Amino acid sequence: MMRKILNVVAVLAVCLVISACADKKSHAKSVYMLVDTSGTYTQELGRAQALTGYILGTLNPGDSFAVARVKSRSFSEKDIIAKVTFDKDPLQANAQKRAFRDKVADFTKGVTKGSAYTDITGGIIQAAEFLNETGAGRKTILIFSDMQEELDYQTMRDFPINLKGISIVALNVTKLTTDNIDPRRYLDRMEWWEKRVRAAGAEDWRRVNDLEHPERIFDARR
Amino acid sequence: MLSGTVWMIWPGNPALSAVVLFLIALPFLYAARRPMQGLFRSLTRAISNPLRLGARWLASSAVLLRQRNRLVLLAHGREEAMKSIEREFERVTAVVQRDLQGYPALQRKLMDEITRIEEDYQKCGEVPPPPPEWTKAVGAIAKIKPSGDGLVERILADISQSIDEIYDKVVAEYRRSYQDRHKILKGFQPFWRSLQQTLSKVDKNITGLQGSAAKIDAQVEKVQQINANLDKAEHALGASASIQFAISGLVMLIAIGGAFVNYKLISLPMSAMVGGGDYITDNLQASEVAALVIILFETLMGLFLMESLRFTHLFPLSNVNEKMRRSMMWMSLTILLVLAGVEVALAVMRDLIVSADVALKQSLGNAAVVAPVDASWMMKIPTAGQMILGFTLPFALAFVAIPLEYFIQSSRTVFGNGMVFGLRGLSLLLRVVGVIVKQVGNALCMLYDAVIFVPLLIERMVQGANAGRGVASESAAGETVPFPKRLSDNERRATGEQG
Repeated sequence: MMRKILNVVAVLAVCLVISACADKKSHAKSVYMLVDTSGTYTQELGRAQALTGYILGTLNPGDSFAVARVKSRSFSEKDIIAKVTFDKDPLQANAQKRAFRDKVADFTKGVTKGSAYTDITGGIIQAAEFLNETGAGRKTILIFSDMQEELDYQTMRDFPINLKGISIVALNVTKLTTDNIDPRRYLDRMEWWEKRVRAAGAEDWRRVNDLEHPERIFDARR
Repeated sequence: MLSGTVWMIWPGNPALSAVVLFLIALPFLYAARRPMQGLFRSLTRAISNPLRLGARWLASSAVLLRQRNRLVLLAHGREEAMKSIEREFERVTAVVQRDLQGYPALQRKLMDEITRIEEDYQKCGEVPPPPPEWTKAVGAIAKIKPSGDGLVERILADISQSIDEIYDKVVAEYRRSYQDRHKILKGFQPFWRSLQQTLSKVDKNITGLQGSAAKIDAQVEKVQQINANLDKAEHALGASASIQFAISGLVMLIAIGGAFVNYKLISLPMSAMVGGGDYITDNLQASEVAALVIILFETLMGLFLMESLRFTHLFPLSNVNEKMRRSMMWMSLTILLVLAGVEVALAVMRDLIVSADVALKQSLGNAAVVAPVDASWMMKIPTAGQMILGFTLPFALAFVAIPLEYFIQSSRTVFGNGMVFGLRGLSLLLRVVGVIVKQVGNALCMLYDAVIFVPLLIERMVQGANAGRGVASESAAGETVPFPKRLSDNERRATGEQG
């Protein structure tokens, strides 16, 4: 009788192992947030910090999160302010979230002067590198910027980039003074970015300007 | 466009073309009448006959299944009745062993008490001794009339004094004697009470035995009915199985609700043990599966515990000896206790995780102000409640084995009856479809005849004319027997013909 019971338990265990091995697809989420620190946009850093807190609250154990700055040249690991892959243990993950929050807060306090140029493309390429390294199932780049790219004459960003499997969300895209004079500039800028990321193979392109409803950032996707 | 009008003799006039085509086709249709009607009939038979065969097979299968169900139901009922009789006999044996083993002592006690009561009764009957004989003589002297003689008066006074003393003594003796008898009678009370209690106990035992005997009689009658294969027994068992199915199903639903609460309680903290971000399928986390496995293990241990305690008989453990059964019981109970302890720990961890999560979200929302955690004892009540729930739910789940056994046993009968009903319904459906198909074949034949009615009419007229000539020639030959003419009432009465 005991032998039969052991056999049944063994079969159950084997079934469990097989089912555990069945799904190798990663279900983790990976988010890379680019924060524009150029010119007058540094005034928006407080909102970016608050948004970071919200995103930290939505992430689960096993997910990855990074915050990087966008400045004159942004394709560099040095521009990453904080990055983390959360532990599987929820309590450990909570501690990591606190540390992450503190790092972002320190950075926000430390920024006093904006950069001369805005290299969004470089930041996006760096973000794609990071996200692909994490091997997460769902990859998202959040761009907290006015989406006005300005490069110095030496910086080369005019080449095709690869954003396959990555969703891009532009956040808090403020209107510039020139946009107010001619709104077509703003609309054309948005259209240009959409074309560029879709041509790069991005899974999705969205724009969320109302940060009173941050839940809309991840609403359309899982 | 061309394909649509190719059949038309006059492309501009489809009606006329159709009529002409029909007239051309009519002789061919008439010539092909028999083979075409044969074809219709064959085709419809090819469909209706298998349907009829299928219907018959289903009906016979339903009959066989019903017989099988009946056999299983009666066998199960017989087994249950035998078990019940066995239990009642065990109870009767226990009562008889307990009470009849002590019966000699009880009888001796009763006899002793009765003897003692008899002795006391006899003692009560003893009267004090009568006053001495000389009192009569003294009484006669006392009747002497006073004569004034001093000596006589003194003697009489002495006698009177003596009589008084004796009287007082006798009265005192009587009083003492009656006091003694009252004491004896008073001493009867505990004996009477003891007798009454002993007899009540005997009466209760006898009544219990009578009740058990009545139950045994009822069960024996049930077994007799089952053995006699009576419909009454089958109906009673079937109704009983349906009720059991409904009740056990309801209890199982409640148990599933309990299991769901248990699952919710431990799935979150399990993420700390097996990893929070691991998925088995798209929507199923490893921690959720782990929680489910824990609950299933608890249920399994409950099943083994109930089985080893003989509350259920789901597994064939009749060949397991008593020692093995006891060790199995202790093992399953220990594992159940360990799992209950694990659930208590998980409940505490759940509370910690939830508190930490709330605190984190508060701090993320407003980094400057963090709400202080109230550490009063009232805040610990929910934690304690979760711990208690975590400890008790596994044991509550263990009892699901009992309704599960009833559910499994009764579902055999209920589903068997359902299958019989389904087979019969399907058989009826096939039969109806078969009849419809057959009638469609007949209808097609008649429709064919209706289409070619003109040639058929001509055929009948020709046949009628031929038949008329044939009858006339046969009548002339006088070889045919004329059809009997209907008789009038008078002729019928005269010949005595009936009808």
